[in-house]
Amino acid sequence: MITVENLTKQYGATRAVDDVSMQIPGNSITVIVGTSGSGKSTLLRMINRLIEPSAGRVLIEGKDTRSEPAHLLRRRIGYAIQGHGLFPHRTVEENIATVPRLLRWSAPRVRARVEELLRVFQLDPAQYARAFPHELSGGQQQRVGVARALAAEPAVLLMDEPFGALDPIIRAKAQEDLLNIQRRFGTTVVLVTHDMDEAFHLGDRVAVMSQGRLLQYDRPAVLLTRPADPFVSRMTGLADRAMRLLSLTTAGEVASPGEGGGPRVAASASLREVLSELLWSGAHAALVVEADGTVRGQLSLETILAHGRPR
Amino acid sequence: MLQSAQPQSPPSASIAWASRIDRLGALLTLVGAAAVLWLPFVLVKANRIVPGEPRALWEALPGLAAGGCTAVLLLSALVAVLIGNARIRLGVALLAVVTVCLAVAAAASALTPAGNRVIRVAAGAGFWVPLVCLGLLCTDAITRLRPAPARRVLMLLAFLLAAVLALASGFFDHLSVMREYAVNAERFAAELRQHGLLALGSLGAAVIAGLPLGILCHRVPRLRAGILGTLNVIQTIPAIALFGIMMAPLGALAAALPLAQRLGIRGIGAAPAAVALFLYSLLPIVANTVLGLKRVSQAAVDAARGMGMTNAQVLWRIELPLALPVILTGIRVVLVQNIGMVTVAALIGGGGLGTFVFQGIGQTAIDLVLLGAIPIVVMAFSAAVLLDALVEVLDRGKR
Repeated sequence: MITVENLTKQYGATRAVDDVSMQIPGNSITVIVGTSGSGKSTLLRMINRLIEPSAGRVLIEGKDTRSEPAHLLRRRIGYAIQGHGLFPHRTVEENIATVPRLLRWSAPRVRARVEELLRVFQLDPAQYARAFPHELSGGQQQRVGVARALAAEPAVLLMDEPFGALDPIIRAKAQEDLLNIQRRFGTTVVLVTHDMDEAFHLGDRVAVMSQGRLLQYDRPAVLLTRPADPFVSRMTGLADRAMRLLSLTTAGEVASPGEGGGPRVAASASLREVLSELLWSGAHAALVVEADGTVRGQLSLETILAHGRPR
Repeated sequence: MLQSAQPQSPPSASIAWASRIDRLGALLTLVGAAAVLWLPFVLVKANRIVPGEPRALWEALPGLAAGGCTAVLLLSALVAVLIGNARIRLGVALLAVVTVCLAVAAAASALTPAGNRVIRVAAGAGFWVPLVCLGLLCTDAITRLRPAPARRVLMLLAFLLAAVLALASGFFDHLSVMREYAVNAERFAAELRQHGLLALGSLGAAVIAGLPLGILCHRVPRLRAGILGTLNVIQTIPAIALFGIMMAPLGALAAALPLAQRLGIRGIGAAPAAVALFLYSLLPIVANTVLGLKRVSQAAVDAARGMGMTNAQVLWRIELPLALPVILTGIRVVLVQNIGMVTVAALIGGGGLGTFVFQGIGQTAIDLVLLGAIPIVVMAFSAAVLLDALVEVLDRGKR
C-alpha cells in the first residue's frame, strides 16, 4: 500500500502538484489520468523521489520514503517509461540485469531471473538475451523495458505512459501482458496515461488530475456514474459513457443460470462486446461459456441494458 | 491491352563506353600522366643547396628500367579508368606505388657517381605528383572495399612496416632526403621522440583537464557559454602568437621560482610549447564532451536514475560510454592537429621535427624540410586511421 499525504510540488509561482492525498491499495493497478501539464507525471516521480516534494510525504507500507537515500529507495521500486529508455550500449540481458546487479545478486541468480522474465514476456532467451536494443522491434523493446523494471522483484511498479509510443495492436497486447503480469507477481502498479480507454481498461482504480489537483479517485464505474466534477465527466466522455460502463463488467460476472439459445460468448467478454454480438445476430440472449467450453449460464439483452444505466 | 512486343532498345555503344569510365580514375590519370610527361622525375644538384637540373623518367633511368616503369604506370592508368573492381584497382595502384618508389631510388643510384658525396639527386614533381595520384587511387579503392576497422589498422601497420623496411634496406640511400637523414640520424630519432612526446603529452593533459570541464559544462548549463567562449577565443589566436604569449609568464615563473626552473620550465623551449598545445587541445575535447553527453538518450538517463543508479553510476555506466565515440572524435581532431602544430614549436626551441623544417627553410635545403615534413604527415595520417577505427568499433551497437 502506498499512502500519499498532502503532496505538493511548487515550481516558482506554479504548483505542478497541489496538495494531493490518496491511498493506493496493494496488489492492484491504479491509473493516474490527466491532460498534459496536469501534474500526473510529477506526482508519479515524487513517489520514487526522482522529484523531491515541496511539501507532504509518501509512505510505502507505512514507511516514509525519505527514511533512506533516494537511490536505495528506487532500487526497490520498478520504473518503466515511455520509449522504454533501454541502454543502447548494453544487451537485453545486461539491461534486465541492471537493478539485480546494483543490488549485488549472485551471478547465477541474476541469470536465472533474466531467463525467467524473458520467458514471461515471450522472448526466447537463446535468441534475444545477447541482442542489442536496436535489434528488437518496438513492441519487444517495450517488453524488455517492463521486464527490466520488474527484474529485482519490486513490490511497487511505477509506469510513466509505458505504452504511449506503441501502435494500437501492439499496445493492446502490451496491456494484456501487464494485466497478466500484475496477477502473476501481485505487484502494486501505478500507471500514468492520458488515454482514458487505457485507464478504464487497466485500472482497478482511476485518479483524474487537472492543473495539479486530484479531482476524483475511485473505481472506474463510479467515475462514470457519479463524476465529482464537470471536468471528470468531460474526460470520461459523455457520448459513450454507457458503452464504457458496459465494458467494465464481464459476461461471466452477471450471467444468470439457465441454458437458453443464442450466440455463444466467452465468460471473459465484456458486456459491451456481448451487446454488440446480440445486435449483430438479432438475438435477445447469449449463452455464456467458460474457456473450457462448459456453459456458465445465459445473459439476456435486458440484463445488459440494466448494467448500462447509473444506479 | 496489347503487350508491348518491342524490347527496349539497347543503349548505344558510346553511352555504355562512357558510363564504364571511372571519373576519379580518369582525372587522376590525366594529372599523373601530365606530370610524368612534363615535370622532372628527379633533380640532379651539384650540392645540397643549389637548384637542380631536371631529368625526366627516361633520362634518369636505363632504357629497360624506364620502359618497365612506364609499362606499370600505363597499366595502372588503364585500370584506374576502366576497371571497377576495387580489389584489382588497389592491387595495381599499390604495384605502381612500389614501382615508382623503386624507380626514383634506382635513378638516384644511377645518377650518383661512385664515391661522390656532394652531388644530390632529389625526387622531382614528376615523381611526387604521380605518387600522390596513386595514393589517392589506393585510398579510394580502400574506401570502396569498406574494410572492417581492425583490417584498416592492419593495413596501416603493414604499410608502415614496409616503409621502414624499405628505407632500412639501403636501397634508397642515394636519394637526397636519405642523405640528409644519414647526416642527422641521431638527431632525427631524438626529435621524432620529442615530437611524439609533445603531441601526446599535451593531448593527455587536455583529456585529463577537458573531460571534467566538459562534464561540468554539461551539468551546469550556466557555465557552458563562458567556458566554451573562452576556449574559442584561445583557438583563434595564431599558434606562433600563442607561443609568444606563453614566453612572458613562464619566463617570469622560472625567474621567481627556482624549483620551476629546475623542472625545465622556461620562457622558451618545450614548456611554453606544451602549455600552448594544451590550451589549443582543450576546445575540441571540452566541446565534444558536452556534445557527446547532450546526445545521450534522455530516456536512458531517466531510466538509469529511476532504477536507482547514483549520479556517479549514471555518469560512468551510461553517459560516458554513450558519449565516448563523440569524445574520441574530439581526441582524434586534437591529436592530428597537435602533430601538425608541434612543428611550429621548433621556433621557440621546443624541438620536434619542425627543427628540420625550419633549418631547411633557413638553409634553402628543401631536402631537410622534407626530412621533417614527411614523417609529420605519416604520423598525422596514422593517428587519424587509428582513432577512426577506434571510434567505429566503439560506435557499434549504440544506435
